Amino acid sequence: MTAEAMSRKFNIDTVAQAEATPGQDLPWAALGLTESEYRRIGEILGRRPTGAELAMYSVMWSEHCSYKSSKVHLRQFGDKVTDGMKEHLLVGIGENAGVVDIGDGWAVTFKVESHNHPSFVEPYQGAATGVGGIVRDIISMGARPVAVMDPLRFGAIDHPDTARLVHGIVAGIGGYGNSLGLPNIGGEVVFDAVYQGNPLVNALAVGVLRHEDIRLANASGTGNRVVLFGARTGGDGIGGASVLASESFDSSKPSKRPAVQVGDPFAEKVLIECCLELFKASVVEGIQDLGAAGISCATSELASNGDGGMHVELTNVLLRDPSLTPGEILMSESQERMMAVVTPENVSAFEAIMDRWAVEYSWLGEVTDTGRLIIEWDGETIVDVDPRTVAHDGPVYERPYHRPAWLDDVQADAFDAEQPTDLRAAVLELMASPNLCSKDWVTDQFDRYVQGNTALAMPDDAGVVRVDEETGLGVAISTDANGRYSYLDPYEGARLALAEAYRNVATSGAEPLAVSDCLNFGSPEDPEVMWQFAESVRGLADACQELGVPVTGGNVSLYNQTGGVAVHPTPVVGVLGVFDDVARRTPSGWREDGQAIYLLGTTKDELDGSEWANLRGHLGGRPPAVDLAAEKTLAAILVNCSRDGMIDAAHDLSEGGLAAVLSEMALRFGVGARIGLDELCERDRIDAFTALFSESQGRAVVAVPRSEEVRYNDMCTARNYPTLRIGVVDTENEALDLQGYFNLPLDQLREAHRGTLPRHFG
Amino acid sequence: MTSTSIETPLIGDLQAVTDDDGPLATVRVGVVTFPGSLDDRDAMRAVRLAGGSAVQLWHGDHDLQEVDAVIIPGGFSYGDYLRAGAISRFAPLMEQITHAASGGANALPVLGICNGFQILTEAHLLPGSMIKNEHLHFLCRDQRLRVENADTHWTGEYWAGEEVVIPLKNQDGQFVADNRTLDELEGEGRVVFRYVDENPNGSRRNIAGISNAAGNVVGLMPHPEHAVEAGFGPDSSARGDVGLRGGTDGLGIFTSVLRKLVG
Repeated sequence: MTAEAMSRKFNIDTVAQAEATPGQDLPWAALGLTESEYRRIGEILGRRPTGAELAMYSVMWSEHCSYKSSKVHLRQFGDKVTDGMKEHLLVGIGENAGVVDIGDGWAVTFKVESHNHPSFVEPYQGAATGVGGIVRDIISMGARPVAVMDPLRFGAIDHPDTARLVHGIVAGIGGYGNSLGLPNIGGEVVFDAVYQGNPLVNALAVGVLRHEDIRLANASGTGNRVVLFGARTGGDGIGGASVLASESFDSSKPSKRPAVQVGDPFAEKVLIECCLELFKASVVEGIQDLGAAGISCATSELASNGDGGMHVELTNVLLRDPSLTPGEILMSESQERMMAVVTPENVSAFEAIMDRWAVEYSWLGEVTDTGRLIIEWDGETIVDVDPRTVAHDGPVYERPYHRPAWLDDVQADAFDAEQPTDLRAAVLELMASPNLCSKDWVTDQFDRYVQGNTALAMPDDAGVVRVDEETGLGVAISTDANGRYSYLDPYEGARLALAEAYRNVATSGAEPLAVSDCLNFGSPEDPEVMWQFAESVRGLADACQELGVPVTGGNVSLYNQTGGVAVHPTPVVGVLGVFDDVARRTPSGWREDGQAIYLLGTTKDELDGSEWANLRGHLGGRPPAVDLAAEKTLAAILVNCSRDGMIDAAHDLSEGGLAAVLSEMALRFGVGARIGLDELCERDRIDAFTALFSESQGRAVVAVPRSEEVRYNDMCTARNYPTLRIGVVDTENEALDLQGYFNLPLDQLREAHRGTLPRHFG
Repeated sequence: MTSTSIETPLIGDLQAVTDDDGPLATVRVGVVTFPGSLDDRDAMRAVRLAGGSAVQLWHGDHDLQEVDAVIIPGGFSYGDYLRAGAISRFAPLMEQITHAASGGANALPVLGICNGFQILTEAHLLPGSMIKNEHLHFLCRDQRLRVENADTHWTGEYWAGEEVVIPLKNQDGQFVADNRTLDELEGEGRVVFRYVDENPNGSRRNIAGISNAAGNVVGLMPHPEHAVEAGFGPDSSARGDVGLRGGTDGLGIFTSVLRKLVG
């Protein structure tokens, strides 16, 4: 069909027509806009929008793309950044992903994003395209993607719908990420009934580039050509951002399956290699990936970040489905597409690279100096807007918020259940529990080897990849969140999430440098949820300032609620750290006989919100106290110990406390230990149960070679950080021997630890 | 455009042909990149760490660039759409490889790893085929194998019966063939690697890798290129205790072909 015939068929709503028919009704409500937003669009344009303009504004002003409810709070991440924190920051918040200097001319870009709603509707494709989207963000910065990670949260492990989601989401992440050749080096798997109708599927990607290779999303240089390349545009994901990610699920509405995108990892892998070749040949001026809001987003963002004008002929877009209307083409979220700006001189070089990788492309138009984004359909103007009004001047809401009245009662309800009499059984129960059991069943479905640079991966504290083969320069990444802590106190919960991710990175031996976050919350229209959000952002921004690590970018996911019940506030925090040589990274398990086992930090009676309380069905009280100055000292000790070869193993204490850490350290390499708790109980004035199950912060367990014990103790003394020898590695007995309490053979512990996921999903 | 322009620009310098200037460095081993190849850079690194010279080859070229041996690496070439390896076998360079590899003991040595093995079966350089794993999942794990035949071009550095630990990672790794073919492979000593302890995917007779009759063409599902560098390999080795991710049991595959070629 010719474009002319198509335009007749669609009865295209042109700008001229919009001017001539001011009273015509448009489906703004169906596209997710409010009446006042629709009126605002009319004011901006000085007329009613065309159908295509309405489509663009509706997706770009959606919660997902415009951050309209969260913006006023997110500003703190920028406002609270000090000059010192900017030291390593090459590109900050606002671009596709932040870029951090790691030395020797190398830089790293990383970001974590959500794909929660699509993954609930269509688990495999939702999760797969979540990986695809974050990876394209990384490519857009000019970087080669080198690793991915997936923090996942599901409903109750035994709920009938959980298996559907676990199977689909894990297979989707594997099916896409494995096919891209990106090692999956870590993440989280959490089960909690609160995520039943709203699983959280977050995806983190990290990429590596040379400083001079940084690319930004802007369209500059009048006369430069605009090209769309990669997969063809189809009907998938239309309205994904506005409909799916910006509304709560309601069973009375029709299925939203058509709004989920479908991924083609092969196309994306080819796109990665093809883009890297474009960068190397320096033939693109600006580049932008197509994700949420598709061409609407790419054209308006490229244009508004550049000289301010762009002219596009939309019939040039290569289509998978020729029946798509202009509005649908503008909104389509078809995957594996990129948009670039190319100078006329580089057009043939660009085309040669496309041909070589057999990637389809079409020249859509050019950069102009008019300050307008003009989109034509077969020569007739269907969009004529100031691109800034689409991309940046969306509505900003000061949503009302207030502290929930119920929180006082919840915080007053401390955990005081009777202690278990059989500590051995309690440890086995904990290690077999859904949240602390081995996640091998999940992670074995991901490729952790590809690229040959993985120095640490799950189940160690952080994922570590080498960046420079010559020097061993590399990075460590960890993501963390604890929804229960945040439910009890969202301000402290966000600080705790950062503290743990920071501690994890330091435990692996890396110097923490930067933060990316994915803020998963319920509906911003609920003032209590909005308060949780505001408190979390404030907590995270404050904590970043105290620890001296800046937020470089991230994502907000709201409306994570089903039937009026919101998920726990879940700020997932990713911390990136740097190694001058990954050879000195520290694994999370001991293996050398006779090495001394030390506990760093002190233990208080902090069981509220703990994994043990969770197993007893209790959620109340106050989360563990977090002391960021102490975390900083602890991190410095761990990094120095790694640098100077003072420790051979380290594992930080978090969910499940000392019981979980001792079990995991023993199981890592299948090597036992003899542990004594008496001195610890006496020093910290606690009982053995509290010593094992409390989740006090600022703690880690390390294994110290005999020859290093003096130096190690001197270092802790010099930094005035409490440490206590609690045991010794014992290769003879394959058991965790808690002297005076129990002896737990590792075979038995392993069986309990590894059996849970296969039993439910195998 | 020539194949040298497919740079792999970040992380390491794969254009550096070798780390070594010993006699093995004169051996040029080509690694083919298809659209969707994933472990091509890793295979080149393995060649380099074994002391040889790695040469990047492009699927669409017609020229083998006078390489002495070829590795077809792992990945999901053409997305494994249709059938793993089914489209890649028609690449222009595959025609050259198929021709050069069929000609007896002095023919071009070819190693197919994972997707490369699948391509070799599709190209009929090796018999049998790979279907979806019995348990239907992608599986990544450190796998113990037994080297059954140490006389091929790619296994001379091992002894028959020696065990190795090599990472395995695939979705379509279940080796199948009819019984007559399986009996023939066994009878002619062409089962080169067998899974030990546990069969990870339901492969017939625990077969992990096979060769052609001349022994110059070998295909296996596990990834020896992921067990060549201490610190980045599996946590264990069949040869005893190793450091963290210190397993390098796969390196012998690459040194085998280099030694074989320098005589």
